[in-house]
Amino acid sequence: MTTLSIPLPKRPSHPTGVWDWITTIDHKKIGILYGVTAFIMFLSGGIEALYIRAQLASPEATLVSPEVFNQLFTMHATTMIFLGVMPMGAAFFNYIIPLQIGARDVAFPRLNAFSYWTFLFGALILKLSWFMGGAPNAGWFGYSPITGLEYNPGHGIDFWILSLQVLGIASLAAAFNFIVTILNMRAPGMSLMRMPLFTWMTLVTAFLLILAFPVITVALIELLFDRFYETNFFVTEAGANPLLWQHLFWIFGHPEVYILILPAMGIVSEILPTFSKKPLFGYPVVVLSGVIIGFMGWMVWSHHMFTVGLGPVANSVFAITTMAIAVPTGVKIFNWIGTMWGGSISLKTPMLFAIGFIALFIVGGLSGVMHSSAASDAQQQDTYFIVAHIHYVLFGGAIFALFAGIYYWFPKMYGRFLDERLGQVNFWLMFIGMNVAFFPMHFLGLDGMPRRVYTYPESMGWDFWNLISTVGAFVLGFGVLVFMVNFIKSVRNGETASADPWDGRTLEWSISSPPPHYNFATIPTVHDRDAWWVQKRERIPAVPVAGSSADDHDEHHDIHLPQPSYWPLVTALGLFIGAYGLLYTIDIGSVTRVPVVGIIGGAIILVGIAAWALEPVNEPDESPEHH
Amino acid sequence: MAHSQAAHEGGHEVHDTTTGLSHKKLLMWAFLGSDCMFFGSFIATYLVYKNRSQVGPFPEDVFDILTTSTSTFVLLMSSMSMVLAYNALTRGNIKGFRIWLLSTCIMGATFLAFQVFEFNEFANHHFELDCTNLNVEELTDFEKTFVDRCDGSVDHVEIDAGLTPRTNLFGTTFFTLTGFHGGHVAIGVIWLLSIFFYSLKNNGITPRHHEEIDLAALYWHFVDVVWIIIFTVVYLFGVFPGFA
Repeated sequence: MTTLSIPLPKRPSHPTGVWDWITTIDHKKIGILYGVTAFIMFLSGGIEALYIRAQLASPEATLVSPEVFNQLFTMHATTMIFLGVMPMGAAFFNYIIPLQIGARDVAFPRLNAFSYWTFLFGALILKLSWFMGGAPNAGWFGYSPITGLEYNPGHGIDFWILSLQVLGIASLAAAFNFIVTILNMRAPGMSLMRMPLFTWMTLVTAFLLILAFPVITVALIELLFDRFYETNFFVTEAGANPLLWQHLFWIFGHPEVYILILPAMGIVSEILPTFSKKPLFGYPVVVLSGVIIGFMGWMVWSHHMFTVGLGPVANSVFAITTMAIAVPTGVKIFNWIGTMWGGSISLKTPMLFAIGFIALFIVGGLSGVMHSSAASDAQQQDTYFIVAHIHYVLFGGAIFALFAGIYYWFPKMYGRFLDERLGQVNFWLMFIGMNVAFFPMHFLGLDGMPRRVYTYPESMGWDFWNLISTVGAFVLGFGVLVFMVNFIKSVRNGETASADPWDGRTLEWSISSPPPHYNFATIPTVHDRDAWWVQKRERIPAVPVAGSSADDHDEHHDIHLPQPSYWPLVTALGLFIGAYGLLYTIDIGSVTRVPVVGIIGGAIILVGIAAWALEPVNEPDESPEHH
Repeated sequence: MAHSQAAHEGGHEVHDTTTGLSHKKLLMWAFLGSDCMFFGSFIATYLVYKNRSQVGPFPEDVFDILTTSTSTFVLLMSSMSMVLAYNALTRGNIKGFRIWLLSTCIMGATFLAFQVFEFNEFANHHFELDCTNLNVEELTDFEKTFVDRCDGSVDHVEIDAGLTPRTNLFGTTFFTLTGFHGGHVAIGVIWLLSIFFYSLKNNGITPRHHEEIDLAALYWHFVDVVWIIIFTVVYLFGVFPGFA
């Protein structure tokens, strides 16, 4: 790399403490940052949910105003989907994928740091809206024309748009990174059909992300232009069709559902074989089912629109494709059961959560098949039956799998176990709480209770099940509290874990817990599926375990890891300021609405990108001699 | 081994990767796939709203196919000079590389200038009705709505009918679609120009850097292909009645 003529601030070398976390581009640290941030967001979304349940516990309650109630359910859903489940998945992608494929980092480490910071700032834009004049209030799918200026003159929707745009940039950057990492950085011998299931599902998810997010980006740009610059995209007087929003939203929104659930399925497919001491039953079929689910996820979006009047032909086609997508999902479930069948099952906490996932996901899947029939859906649309369905697949499904993943990989991340007894308590509280909270919603929905209602009159006969559901929600909340106690306790004082505490099957268990910063002292060679399991059983030599010798670090100081950098953070900060800049404009003389803040943000982005592009991955003068 | 694995982000010499493609190349292909969905959504929006505008002007009122064909030709030629630039570089002809790269930039900038001119024309669109010699058959649907202004008291009328993103659905969808394409071209011009200025330094760009240029070229050709689709779907289908 040629020397630079532009003077740049000195690159951070060997930062410590907070600076280490701010400038880090180590995928493991970024994974932990993602996980902690996502969990805090999950808590805030949970508190919003508890407010909703408290308001609905009794008829004609007035705990919150109708206006605040609308903001609560919008924020709850947006938070859980975009700030909770998705980044929690990203936490595992970051931490686990390079370890599973035998790589030292992701393909673009600085881009990875940029993804995290952009996600954090996007999350802040959304959550700060509570304190900046009101949160969004049009539901998580923000149907037109409720989101138009005429019906929604406040800034809530603006914050929602800007936040989702910034989060979209974060997700896209991360997805590009993981596609390249998984396709290009696998250890020698790891062909596609030897890849661990979690890596496979991450790859499918990343492809869904890069193809689905541009669609919501366009929809949000259109809405933003309508609100900021008075264009006509969703102005019915100008001839616009509000269904355009619904189509664009759900062309994104349905693949998004699989973006949430496929990583969860990947995690479960790792845990079940490990705790059953059997290889995954029908590995190629499980992989193929995941790919087919990802592919068919694009053909079912209009089942969210059965009641808008698309006509019998469109409704029938989308009903059939929706029923068909249940097939690969069912195949997966049978394969998971087949994996456990005849295995020597150990019911540790990760396994409990994984089995809980299967049970609850089946319930959610069955109600999903019920409203895949357009005629039946006409009765269920916009009732609590749908709310029950999505909570069974997203809470019972995605969240349970993510908790399973936390309990499973925590020993790898911290070198300590999460407490097993508290873990069992945590599982049963969440399992019971979840069913008590969400199962009654099936009855309420079939009885006609609409979703998103602020309250209901006493005479409707919905009091009892609503009260039960609220009790369940608080039990669930208590279960999460137990998890937090467990986490805080175990990070410091948990039982020490070995490198391979569960007798694992994949490569992350072949290195010490926690892994050294360079992951693998020698890049492993893969001879079969379940690489580490085979290696252990057949004693294939020549793969030394990192951290096994005392002078290990000295021996491997010639491993060139990319160095810390400020620029991803600076660029993300520019996006944050620039996003607010679209909102806050100043009139200078006769020129109205000058986006002064936006220009400052844009300048910061430009400086960040330019410095980033000119900064070498490694400072040549700081690297030790090659051996 | 350790060294080559870790020094991945630079990667223009040895491709020590699973697929054999460099990381950046793979990233660019993934990005272009994603960008297809971006433009696809805008084009879909345009088509859904075609012929739904409640007020004029409409495509046949404002489009000047000859002008836009010229700018389209310039953009297509810029793709060719991009190919010649890359070819010159791989043969070690740095001088030729600079010339072809700069002409690519100039043609890209010319396309943008055409677009600015065109947007300005549309925004200030106006026409005249010659009331003494009115041939209604030759008027567009939009112009016909003004015929009653010729009420016998005047021999000609001037009508201002500018098209902006606020005018109607056509204006809204046209300016956003072509505007975002123009933005892509502008980013491409800045990218290529920065490579050009970098190449002025001694050994700033050498055949070793061919991959960096290849990436920019991929992007440039992609933006070009998108324009061919926009030109066909928006301009040609908008003017020739068979496609209405």
